[in-house]
Amino acid sequence: MHELGIVVKVLEQVDALAGEYGAEKILRVTMEVGEVSGVVPELFTDAFDWAKKRTRFAAEAELDMILLEGRTYCQSCGETYKTTEHGKQCPFCKSRETYLLTGDQVIIKDVSAVFPETDGA
Amino acid sequence: MQKVKTILLSKSVFEDNDRAADGLRARLRAGGVTLVNVMSSPGSGKTTLLTALIRRLAPRFRIGVLEADIDSDVDAVTVARETGCRSVQLHTGGMCHLDAGMTAQGLDELGGGLDLVFLENVGNLVCPAEYDTGAALNVVILSVPEGADKPLKYPLAFEKSDLVIVSKLDALPYFDFDLELCREYVGARSGRVEVIPVSAKTGENMEALENWFIHKLTRV
Repeated sequence: MHELGIVVKVLEQVDALAGEYGAEKILRVTMEVGEVSGVVPELFTDAFDWAKKRTRFAAEAELDMILLEGRTYCQSCGETYKTTEHGKQCPFCKSRETYLLTGDQVIIKDVSAVFPETDGA
Repeated sequence: MQKVKTILLSKSVFEDNDRAADGLRARLRAGGVTLVNVMSSPGSGKTTLLTALIRRLAPRFRIGVLEADIDSDVDAVTVARETGCRSVQLHTGGMCHLDAGMTAQGLDELGGGLDLVFLENVGNLVCPAEYDTGAALNVVILSVPEGADKPLKYPLAFEKSDLVIVSKLDALPYFDFDLELCREYVGARSGRVEVIPVSAKTGENMEALENWFIHKLTRV
């Protein structure tokens, strides 16, 4: 359900983009998704395949997902570590004074689309 | 022959909403309205708690309520009937959260002349945390029967909050709920979050909650 809400927003944006650029149809949407973003890749793909049929340009689009690792920085000892293994607490010095460096992103990276052949080209 | 081109975007899915939320927050601040986003699981007693809190705050502030639900208007009707304050029901149409655009529409419908607006978000601790509504204050309600480990399971909602209200305190003798452990878990997510345990049913500690809001509103 959560993934569907995000997918709908993604499809709205890429559909509008395709219209703006004068594309005929979208072939592929590439997304970057952090592993601690709260998005479950399998559910996201299922939601994408369901929702794309309701769009103007993306009905046949493929989804390409690039997963980004979650990394957390420790302010106490300056180390970085893998977020999914240790969470909020630094495995090196046990401090909780840490913050997420990367891995919560949900980004539309690029859109590949078919464009009409221009006259004389 | 067809031509295939790739358009580079590199745009966060949340970017448009974040911008809309910042705009709404600035507009509300300029208009002297404090918007409070209330998040919780279904069945945490949000509507009962809000009703009791609004009754206490009503003599001091002009209050409105936005009720967000996937469907139905039972909450808006209940709150309006019980407190007499203006309320608007927002239907998210199957969506699991409310975004800044929907919130702005609800506020327009609610009308002007208000100091404080409670936004009762969709009952769910995952999605509402990811969509900034434009609220100045974010509150999570965690009820005693749900268990003290919710901050570990839904870290983002607790991390983004200014206040955690532990509700249904009257049920404490019947459940295995460790209040100190709950404070510790919340504190591990974010050091700045306050925890106030209350019972809307018996009125226990409701004065502390009332004072928290009075303090925030007269200072913000």
